[in-house]
Formats: sequence, structure tokens, C-alpha cells
Amino acid sequence: MATAKPPQPFLSRTWDYITETQIWRSIFRHGMPANNRNRVLVVMSNVFLHLHPVKIRKSGIRLKFTWCMGGLTFFLFLVETFTGLLLMFYYRPTVAYAYMDIVDLAEQVPLGIMREIHRWGAHAMVITVWLHMFRVFMTGSYKPPREFNWNVGVILLVLTLLLSFTGYLLPWDQLAIWAITVGSNMARATPVLGHEGPGSQLLALGDVKMVHAGSDARFALLGGRFVGEGALLRFYVLHCVGIPLVAGVLMAVHFWRVRKDGGISGPL
Amino acid sequence: MGAVNALKGVVNSLTNPPIFITLVAVTFFLVIGRRAFWRPRVGLAVGVVAAAFMAVSTFDPNFRLIVAKPDNIPIVAMLFLIGFFFFLSMSQAYGNDDRIARGEPPLEATPKEAEKTWVWPDLVYTEMVCMVIGIIVLVIWGIVFKAPIEEPANPARTPNPSKAPWYFLGLQEMLVYFDPWLAGVVFPSLIIVGLMAIPYLDTNPRGNGYFTFRERRVEITLFLFGFVILWVLLVMLGTFLRGPNWNFFGPYEYWDLHKLLALNNVNLSEYFWVKLFHANISGLNMFVRELPGIVLVLFYVGALPVLLARSRREVSLPGGVRFNVGLRKYYEKMGPWRFAVFVFLVLAMFALPIKMVLRWTLNLKYIVAMPEIFFNI
Repeated sequence: MATAKPPQPFLSRTWDYITETQIWRSIFRHGMPANNRNRVLVVMSNVFLHLHPVKIRKSGIRLKFTWCMGGLTFFLFLVETFTGLLLMFYYRPTVAYAYMDIVDLAEQVPLGIMREIHRWGAHAMVITVWLHMFRVFMTGSYKPPREFNWNVGVILLVLTLLLSFTGYLLPWDQLAIWAITVGSNMARATPVLGHEGPGSQLLALGDVKMVHAGSDARFALLGGRFVGEGALLRFYVLHCVGIPLVAGVLMAVHFWRVRKDGGISGPL
Repeated sequence: MGAVNALKGVVNSLTNPPIFITLVAVTFFLVIGRRAFWRPRVGLAVGVVAAAFMAVSTFDPNFRLIVAKPDNIPIVAMLFLIGFFFFLSMSQAYGNDDRIARGEPPLEATPKEAEKTWVWPDLVYTEMVCMVIGIIVLVIWGIVFKAPIEEPANPARTPNPSKAPWYFLGLQEMLVYFDPWLAGVVFPSLIIVGLMAIPYLDTNPRGNGYFTFRERRVEITLFLFGFVILWVLLVMLGTFLRGPNWNFFGPYEYWDLHKLLALNNVNLSEYFWVKLFHANISGLNMFVRELPGIVLVLFYVGALPVLLARSRREVSLPGGVRFNVGLRKYYEKMGPWRFAVFVFLVLAMFALPIKMVLRWTLNLKYIVAMPEIFFNI
């Protein structure tokens, strides 16, 4: 006589049913990560999770050691990407529309806090990058075998600042154009390539100057002699497409190398 | 009321850049190597004093006007965060140094910490909790503070002060002491190159993967001097204490458009030829005119590294402080190439404090002044 199976609770019956469907099993090729075999599989079979190793040193997850600043920086990058995408629905990067679109966004879009989150997240990201770098330095985590990854990190730091710098111009208010004017005025003084930089006089054909206000490094940056239509479009394209693309690729390299170099710190 | 105003006056004058930067830098060098300053109760006391200073100061309308600007709030938060993490890293470093002195391994190398754990669930759960907290903070921050929008862009009306984005204000502050080609182009490039060079210049195998100070005194002191004093402190100065015309304003001072400061800076060539020899330099060839400065700069970047590499004279100061004037030890350890790059970067970094001190004490404008070819140092 067969013993009757005790009745399962509804939730666990439903769960069992779902996880046994063909759809579920086509997505997840292993069971719940409750045993060691599945814990390996969950990391190895998932394209996002596999940027992690399968096992890491305990110090690598202790908050007092890591400060979580690298992770927060990446998180903020994702937040900026998401909120930025939504902002792109409302914003046109032309002198005629840019400012009014931002004002409209604040006044016409109900419950909108996307620009707020985008702006505060951008400030926060600069700070978390600095703190991340600070922690990496203080734990000597740039030492072999991680020299190259530190370099990738320095480039990512520069890209973060450039992302913020290009985004600064887009609201097209007084703060925006004058901050970018002050910032980009430096490029005038680029040695040799800026028209007010030392050595720029050397690049001349007879009396004809080759480096002048209409051809120097600043002109290349702004697409004009002053912060105007050209600069707005250039900064918009760099801000929304160019720099995030490069930063995204370098971040993949950065995380991958953390894994390949034996975790976030310590000798290999 | 009189006492409060007197106190505000004292704070205002203490934050004047020559005094402020010197005070912070001297404090930095005094405390960084001393264990006693990195105990929890000292850190707590400093934190409480700083928070109390902020809280009490917000009663001042001028202070509130600058600090409570929505865009400045993250910078205030950053100052506290940098202070907190500075303390946290140093106290962990000294904690490990104590362990090493007792013959124990650093905390991160103990079997319990070096043991491996599963990424799922331990790491992914930590990441998820951090993300959730991050989202909560951002949403609350976004609801409480609206993103500011000023008047529409107007190329014909320059605001005073015109400031670069806040994280570049350290560079803008550098413009007080150097011309744009140095402060805006060469030094920023050197900062990036210097940061990238760190792992190849620092050949010390110790301190890899754990907090420590005693095993990495020089590296940490140099890096933190650059980061905390020459970067973060100058960002703070540029944000909170620079007003119209890039004049200095104390934290309780009104940003008066018409504040006048006597600026009477003198070039080195003028000091040398006019004040020393009473010569007339108006018709002089600029290379002859600027010869003293050129020789000085060439000495600084060309001859000084060689002298430093050869000498190892030890200097004793009263109070038992001893240090080497020469860097021969480093030259022998690093080899000529690493040493050359290292010394050049360090000298470039110290060019800023040196120029600051020369400006504050001698009103020195340029060491080499050739405005004819935009070449001023």
C-alpha cells in the first residue's frame, strides 16, 4: 500500500511547477544555487555574473576593507545610463530648444525626478571614483599583478570627469556655458596646438599663422570659436554616445582583469 | 554678538589661502606619521568638531548662501566622506602595523580573511543590498533637492565669478599661481601620466593587498599630499572660498563684487635686474632678460635630480626628527630610468607649493616671464 504524500503548500507547488516548465529550464540550465555545484554553474553560465570569479577571498566582500566604492561607481554608471536615456526623450541638443526642454521637463512632466537623479548621481559618481581610487591606493592593490588594471582605472577616472564635463553644458543655462567656457579656455594655452600656447608661433608659413583661434585645440573641442551650437552638439554626442561606449568597453576590461588578476587585491 | 563676530573674523582670516593651506599642510605632515592621532576617539572627536562647526555656521547667512546651494551639497558631503575614509584607512593601516610589530600577519592575510567564499550568495547579495541603498539615497536626494536651472545661456553676460565644474576647481585655483598652459594643460596631463606611472615606479613589494602605513611611508605620504592637499583642499577652496574676480572670501564673508585687493606681483627678472642692479630692462632681449629664471628652472628640472641622486646627507632637526636630503637610496633601488621619471613627477608636484610660497612671501609673479611667446612659468 503506497503511503500518501503529505500535501505540499501552494507556493512551493507553484514554484515547482514553474521551474519544471520548458520555458524556465530553457533559460536556467541548473537548479537553485543552494549547493556548491549550482553555485559554480550560476556564475559560469551567466554572462553578467561571470565577470565575477566563482569564489573570492573573504576580505574582498568585507565592507570595511572594500568600501564598496568601485561597485557603487558602476551602479551609478548604470543609473546615469538609465536616467540619461529617459532624459533623451525630452531633450533636443540645439540652442533654440535645449534650455526650454529642460524647463519643460521640470514644469510639465509629472513626478519627474529623473534629471535630479541624473545630476546628483553624476556628482556622486565623481566622488565614488575618487574614493575607490583612494582605497585601491591605500591597500596597495595596484601592485603586481594589477599594474595594467590600475592604468585602465586611471583612464576610466578621466572618462568619468569628461562625462560629467560634457553633461555640464547640456542644460544650456548660464552655469553651463560659462563653466564650459572657463574649462575649455585652458585649451587655448595648449603648447604648440593652442593659439595662446607657447610654441604656437613656430607653426607658421611665412607670415601666415597655422594655429589661430579658428584652427587650434580649443576650436577642435568646441567646434567653433566660442561655446555655441557646435559645442552643444559635440558635447551631446560625446556625452550620450562616444564616452559611455568607450567607458563601457573599458569597464568590461576592468572587471574582467580584476577576476583574472586574482580578485580585487592581494598578491596573485 | 561682539564675541561671535570676533570669532567669525578669526575664522575668516584663518581661511585665507596662505594661512589655510600652510596650516592644513603642516598639520598633515605632523599627524600622518604619528600613531596616536589615528585612534577611534581622536577620529570621532575631529568628526564631531567638524560637524558642529558646520551646524553652528549655518546660522550665518553668508555661510548658508554658499554651502546650501544644491550643487554644493555633494561637495560638503565629499569633504566629510574623504575625512572619514582618510581616517578609516589610516586607522586600519596602523592596526595592521601593530599586528605586524607583534609578529602577526596583517588582518587581510589571516586564515579567516584569506579563506575563500562563494560569490553566490555572499558577494551578489552584498552588491544587491548596496544597490538598493544607493537607489533609496538617490531617490530621496532627488525628491528633496530640485536640480537647479539658472537663467538661459547668454554669451554676452559673464557671471562673476565664472567657475569651472567643481571637480576642476583645484586646477582653476592653480591658475592663481601658474599660467593656463601649465595649470590647465601641462599639470593635468602630468597628473594623469603620474597616476598611471605609480605601479611602475613603486617597486616596494610589501603592502600588497592590505592596509599598512609603516611599510609604505613615503608612497602614502606623497600620494595623500597630492590627493588631500593639492587636489581636495584646493577644490574646496575654489568652491567655498573664491568669490567674484576669484578673490578670497572667508566662510562668513559676503561675496562683495567690489572687494579690492592690492595686487602687486613682481617678476623674477625685475627682482634680479631692476632691484638688484638698478638696470633698465625695457629694451633687453627676452632671453637675456629672463636668464636668471631660465637658469633656475633648468636647475630645478635638470640639475636637481642629479644632485639628489648623488647625495645622501642626513639632517637632524631638534626634537629627534631626522631625514635624508639626498635620494641616493632611491636611485640605487630604482635605477636611472625609474628614478628620473619619479623625481621629475615629484618635482612637478612640488612646483605648486613652491610657487605658492614664493607668491605669498615675495609677491613673485613669474619665474620666467616671456609673454611675447606665451611662455610664463
